[in-house]
Amino acid sequence: MTRKQKRLSIILGGLVFLGAATTLTFVALGQRTSYFYMPSDLSEGTVAPGQQIRLGGLVQDGTLVRGKGATVTFDVTDKKKAVKVTYTGILPDLFREGQGVVVEGSFGSGGTFVADSVLAKHDERYMPKAVADGLKAKGVWQAD
Amino acid sequence: MVETGHFALVLAFAMALVQSVVPLVGARTGNERMMAVGVPVALTGFLLTAMAFAALVSAYVQSDFSVANVWENSHSLQPLLYKITGTWGNHEGSMLLWVLILTFFGALVAVFGRNLPLSLRATVLSVQGWIGAAFFLFILLTSNPFRRIFPAPIEGRELNPILQDIGLAIHPPLLYLGYVGFSVAFSFAVAALIEGRVDAAWARWVRPWTLAAWLFLTGGITMGSYWAYYELGWGGFWFWDPVENASFMPWLAGTALLHSALVMEKRSALKIWTILLAILTFSLSLLGTFLVRSGVLTSVHAFATDPSRGVFILCILTLFIGGSFILFALRAGNLTAGGLFHPISREGALVLNNLFLTTAAATVLVGTLYPLVLEAFSNNRISVGPPYFALTFVPVMIPLLLAVPFGPLLAWKRGDLLAVAQRLYFAFGAALVVVLGVLLFVDRHAVLAACGIGIAVWLIFGALTDIALKSGIGKVGPRIALRRFLGLPRSMYGTALAHAGLGLTLLGILATLTFQAEKIVSLKPGDTVTVAGYTLTFKGIVADRGKNYTEARAEFPFTDASGQPLGVISSAKRIFVASQTPTTESGIRTIGLGQLYLSLGDADKDGSYVVRVWWKPLVTLIWFGGLVMMAGGAISIFDRRLRVGAPSARRAKAGLAAPQPSS
Repeated sequence: MTRKQKRLSIILGGLVFLGAATTLTFVALGQRTSYFYMPSDLSEGTVAPGQQIRLGGLVQDGTLVRGKGATVTFDVTDKKKAVKVTYTGILPDLFREGQGVVVEGSFGSGGTFVADSVLAKHDERYMPKAVADGLKAKGVWQAD
Repeated sequence: MVETGHFALVLAFAMALVQSVVPLVGARTGNERMMAVGVPVALTGFLLTAMAFAALVSAYVQSDFSVANVWENSHSLQPLLYKITGTWGNHEGSMLLWVLILTFFGALVAVFGRNLPLSLRATVLSVQGWIGAAFFLFILLTSNPFRRIFPAPIEGRELNPILQDIGLAIHPPLLYLGYVGFSVAFSFAVAALIEGRVDAAWARWVRPWTLAAWLFLTGGITMGSYWAYYELGWGGFWFWDPVENASFMPWLAGTALLHSALVMEKRSALKIWTILLAILTFSLSLLGTFLVRSGVLTSVHAFATDPSRGVFILCILTLFIGGSFILFALRAGNLTAGGLFHPISREGALVLNNLFLTTAAATVLVGTLYPLVLEAFSNNRISVGPPYFALTFVPVMIPLLLAVPFGPLLAWKRGDLLAVAQRLYFAFGAALVVVLGVLLFVDRHAVLAACGIGIAVWLIFGALTDIALKSGIGKVGPRIALRRFLGLPRSMYGTALAHAGLGLTLLGILATLTFQAEKIVSLKPGDTVTVAGYTLTFKGIVADRGKNYTEARAEFPFTDASGQPLGVISSAKRIFVASQTPTTESGIRTIGLGQLYLSLGDADKDGSYVVRVWWKPLVTLIWFGGLVMMAGGAISIFDRRLRVGAPSARRAKAGLAAPQPSS
C-alpha cells in the first residue's frame, strides 16, 4: 500500500467507526428512552402494555395500601384522572400521600401500572420539576 | 467579618480584571514589567478569595443567621463538621469554592511557572484571569453568599439532611479541583493559540496540570458514587443521572487529553488535536457547571432554581466555548504539523484511544442534552437512562478496553503487533481461564457478564505483564529484575496502576450487577431472612438520638452459612429535628471484597417492617479501582522526567539551548 492509500484506509476506518456510533445513538434514542406522562395524557391509549414510561403526578390521598409482604399500591393523579400503581420495595423517605411523585415502569396486562422505581422529591422544598411543570400545564398547580 | 469577606471578594474581582489585561498586553508588546504583574496579582487574588471563603466558613461556624446563606443552610444544632461542610452544600457557597480553587490554580501557575517563558506565563495567567473575572461577576451579581437579612432569624433552616455526611465533605472539593484544574490546560491551550507557537515543551508543561486535575476528578467521581451508594439507600452506584454525566464527560475528555499530550510530548505529533482536546475538556467542565448550577436539571445537586443564574452561566459558557473555538479556527492553521508515524505504533494506539474516548464522551453528551433539547422544542419529556447507555456507551468502550494492554507494549513510531500479542499470551490465558471459570462454576447463562469479567482480568494482567516485561522478570536473574523494577520511571508504574485500576472497577461493576442477590421481605421482630448464605435476624427497634436527629434503629445480628455469628448490621430511620425531614441510614457490612447491604423501610400497622437486603459481591472493587487509578496518576506526577528535563527560561537566557526531545 502506498502512503496515500494507507492514510485513506485509516480515515475510512475512523469514519466507519463514527458512523456506527452515530447509528447506535439514533437507534438508542428512538427505542431506549422512556417518555414522561401525566395520568390524563394516558386516556388517549398511547402507551402499549410493557412499554417503559415515567408517570408523574400526586399520590392521591387515602389510596396508599400496604399489601402482603413488601408490595404497596397507590393512585397517581393529576386531579383529572388517576392511575393505580403497584410497587414492590421500599418507598422513598419523602413519599407521602398528597405529594409529588414520579414512578418508572410499565402497564401490566390488567391496566395496573407496575413500577420498578419510585422517585419522590429530595427535600421539603422541592417538587419533581416534571410533575410541577405538568400540573401547571394542566392548570391544576397550586403554589404554596 | 462577613462584610470583610464581601469586600475581599469585590477586590478579588478587581484583581482578576487586572490579571486579565495587564500581563497579556505586556506579552503582546514585549513589556517585561507588565508581564511580571501577573504573578503578584494572581497570588493576591488567591489570598483575597481565601479571605472571602474563610469569612463565610466562620459565619457558618458561628451560626450567624443574619447571613441569608447561613440561615438557609445551617442550624445551630448541626455538628461542627456539617456546619463547615454546609458552606459548600449550597449554590452560593459552592460557587465561592469554585473560584477559590480557580484562583488557587492560578497562584500555583504563578509560583511553579518560574521556568516557563515569560510571555507564555503572562498569557496563561491572563486567560485564567478572564475565567476568574467572569465567575466573580457571576457570584457578585447573582449568587452573593454574603447577603444579610434583617431582622436576623433566631434559628436556621438546616442543611438538607442527606447532605449531612462525610462524603459530602470531600466529594465537592475533589470534584471542583478536577473541573477547575482543567482550566489550567485550557489556559495553556488558549495561550498557545494566542502566541501561535506550540511544541513538545508545551506538552511537558501541561501534562502535570492535566494529570493533577484528572486525578482529583477521578477521586471526586469515585467519592460521589460511593456517597450515592450508601446514602440514597438504593444500593446503586451509578445512575446515569445528568449530573453524574456532567462530571463523567470531562473525565472522558480529560483521559483522552492525558494520552494525546503524551504523544505530543514524546513525539511532537498531534499538536492541534491536543490543543482542541484541552479546550474541549474545560468546555465540558463549564457545561457541567452550567447543567448543575443553572437549575435546568432537577436533582439533589440543583440547590436553587433562579433563571437569571442560568442565563448568566449560559452567557459565560457561550463566551468561553465559542470564543476559544473561534480562536482555534483562526489560529490552529498556523501551528506546524508534527512527526509522522505508522498506524501500528504507540502513537497509533493513543490515537485510537482518543477516537474511542471522545466518541464515548459524545454519546454521553447526546444522552444528557437530548432530553433538554427535546423539551425545549416540543412538549415531550423523556428520560434517558441505562438502556440508552448500554446500547451506545458500552459498545464504544469494549474495543477500547480490549486494546488497552497493547498500547504500552507497542514501540513508538513503528510497532510490531504480532510480537506484542505474543507477549500478552499470559494475560490472555488468565482472562480465558476466568471466563471459563465463571461459566462453569458460577453461572453458565451469564455469557456476556463472563466475557466482561474476562476483559477486566485482561486489563489487570495486561498491566502486570507490562511492568514484568519492562523489568525483565523471567529473562534476567531475580536480583537484576528487582533492581530494574525499582529503577523503572515512575510514569510506567502510573500507567500500569491506572490501567489495572480500570480493570478492578470494571470487575466490581460487572460482578455486582450480575451476581448480586436481593431480597425484599416484611419482617416482624424475631423473623429471619437469608441472602446469599447469610442469615439475618430482626432483633427489634432501638430508639436513639443524635445531636440534631432522633432515630429508630433496627438491629440485625447475622451469621454466615455455617452459623458463625458475624456481628450486627443496623439500619435506621432518622428524623432531623429542625426540618422534620426523614432519612434512611442503610446498614452496610464489608465481608471480603463484597458487602452486605440492608435498607429499612416503613413500619406496617402490625409492627412488621419492610426490609431490603442485598449481597453485593466484589462491590468494593468499584471504588478501590478508582483509588488505584488515582494512585497511578499521583505517581506519574512525581516522575522526575517531567521535571528534570523541563526546559528552563533561565538556562535559555544564558545562551544554552533548552533540551528538546528529538523528533
